[in-house]
Amino acid sequence: MKNANITNIRPDFALITNWVRAKTKVLDLGCGDGTLLTHLHETLDTTGYGIEKDDANWLEALKNGVDVIQMNLEEGLSGFEDQSFDTVILSQTLQAMHNTETIVEEMLRVGREAIVTFPNFGYWRNRLQIATGNMPVSKTLPYQWYDTPNVHLCTIHDFDEFCNNHHIQVIERKVITDGEDVHVLPNLMGNLAMYRLKSNHT
Amino acid sequence: MSESNSVGIVKAQVAHFNEPLALQSGAILPQYHLAYETYGELNATKSNAVLICHALSGNHHVAGRYSEDDKYPGWWDNLIGPGRPLDTNKFFVIGLNNLGGCHGSSGPSSVDPLTDRPYSATFPVVTVEDWVESQARLLDYLGIEQLAAVIGGSLGGMQALQWNIAYPERVRHAFVIASAPNLTAQNMAFNEVARQAIITDPEFYEGDYYNHGTVPRRGLRIARMLGHITYLSDDVMGEKFGRKLRHGELKYSFDVEFEMESYLRYQGDKFAGEFDANTYLRMTRALDYFDPAKAFGGDLSQALKHAKAKFIVISFTTDWRFSPSRSREIVQALLDNALPVKYAEVTSAHGHDAFLMPDPHYHDIMRAYLEQVKV
Repeated sequence: MKNANITNIRPDFALITNWVRAKTKVLDLGCGDGTLLTHLHETLDTTGYGIEKDDANWLEALKNGVDVIQMNLEEGLSGFEDQSFDTVILSQTLQAMHNTETIVEEMLRVGREAIVTFPNFGYWRNRLQIATGNMPVSKTLPYQWYDTPNVHLCTIHDFDEFCNNHHIQVIERKVITDGEDVHVLPNLMGNLAMYRLKSNHT
Repeated sequence: MSESNSVGIVKAQVAHFNEPLALQSGAILPQYHLAYETYGELNATKSNAVLICHALSGNHHVAGRYSEDDKYPGWWDNLIGPGRPLDTNKFFVIGLNNLGGCHGSSGPSSVDPLTDRPYSATFPVVTVEDWVESQARLLDYLGIEQLAAVIGGSLGGMQALQWNIAYPERVRHAFVIASAPNLTAQNMAFNEVARQAIITDPEFYEGDYYNHGTVPRRGLRIARMLGHITYLSDDVMGEKFGRKLRHGELKYSFDVEFEMESYLRYQGDKFAGEFDANTYLRMTRALDYFDPAKAFGGDLSQALKHAKAKFIVISFTTDWRFSPSRSREIVQALLDNALPVKYAEVTSAHGHDAFLMPDPHYHDIMRAYLEQVKV
């Protein structure tokens, strides 16, 4: 079971694992059924909590043995002390948040480091669909314009600028397409962006 | 829930304690007894015991019926039984009537063995801390060193919390449901109105009504009516009664005009016929006094510093008497101590009463958590 879990894990989860140190404390925002936290715990002996709003996901996370807190991320992370986690993770949820600035600030308040991943809207296939006159629909953006939860889609360039303007230090950035690293023209060639961040204030 | 998953016919038991109990107030109970019930079997290693702590008007009759034609089962019967979320095939479940109660444990209406008369108003004011102390002695009596879980809703949740302060090494899992780390001023205000209704009833005789052959029914009835308003949400009252008329037309009188009035009067009358006023006073006081953070300058995290259990905290969205924000304070204190905690905010229309209802998601949570508890 354990091996199957690792080989089948989402490529961004596997990469996130490389950015988390063993035996550290992790907070996973929008943890879903707790797959990532369970994976981190099994491979790196991490401790920590997940936050999940959805009832069904929350219950699955509980069944997976995750310490899961039901709350709405849009309201920030009140209840969590400053710098009380080694890493705070927001995987493929940023684009669905209304209070984007608040949540990133909160992540860097609560965590010594933050990991943010999001679908890159600048990916060439997305651009192509726009150019041919449609809103992009793809593996990383699997929704139609009328049923998408995504409200704040951005490109890698946009997010770089965001970090710059908000005094956020990018420790490491990784861009992937279908699990493969992208080094050339990442904003055009990458469909998933992964950032490892820390605050410039601390 | 089918009756086939019931614990079936149950019998209350009584444990006597001759070792004096020093209460928080400074008073001493030289001896006392506790009424309790158990469901399921205690396993050989005595590792499967679950203690249910009751709320304001609860007692030791948590599940099952006393006879086949018993009209109502125990107060949390929907949760407990073979195959139910708190599965009695796995767990040994203990319910007790707290000290000061009126259902079989020592309390104002029970007979003081020193005088052979009811304790009456002389029965001391007891606190959540005192209850947990007496519950610990009941566990000693039953030969149980450590609880697999302590479970409580509302005032019961306060006891579940207190267990982790007083006896952290004796609890593996704690369920704190629809509860709070202390009462707000508004919440205490409701209690004060309830007590005043009782105390000012001419039949109360300063609590000595047993010796006057009276019962302060009117006071108790009003206290319960007030309580019921606060246990329901505005939505559920609207849905259940709305402005529905009792007789289809206005009577221009002060008799029952609206369905809601009929419901409150029924609940008040029923309660006044079966509950003891002196017990009600003490239960509300225990609620008022509970404030474990007080000794730590208001810092609940410090109060829970020595807790060792794994916690699950559950609140209900429309519960305004023990609102989700109060549960989140408990969660925050547990997070501060890096304790394992799960927190669910269950969407329910039923207000504070929701913790006793068999809401499917709520019961799924209870079942899933309890399945993971190792015995």
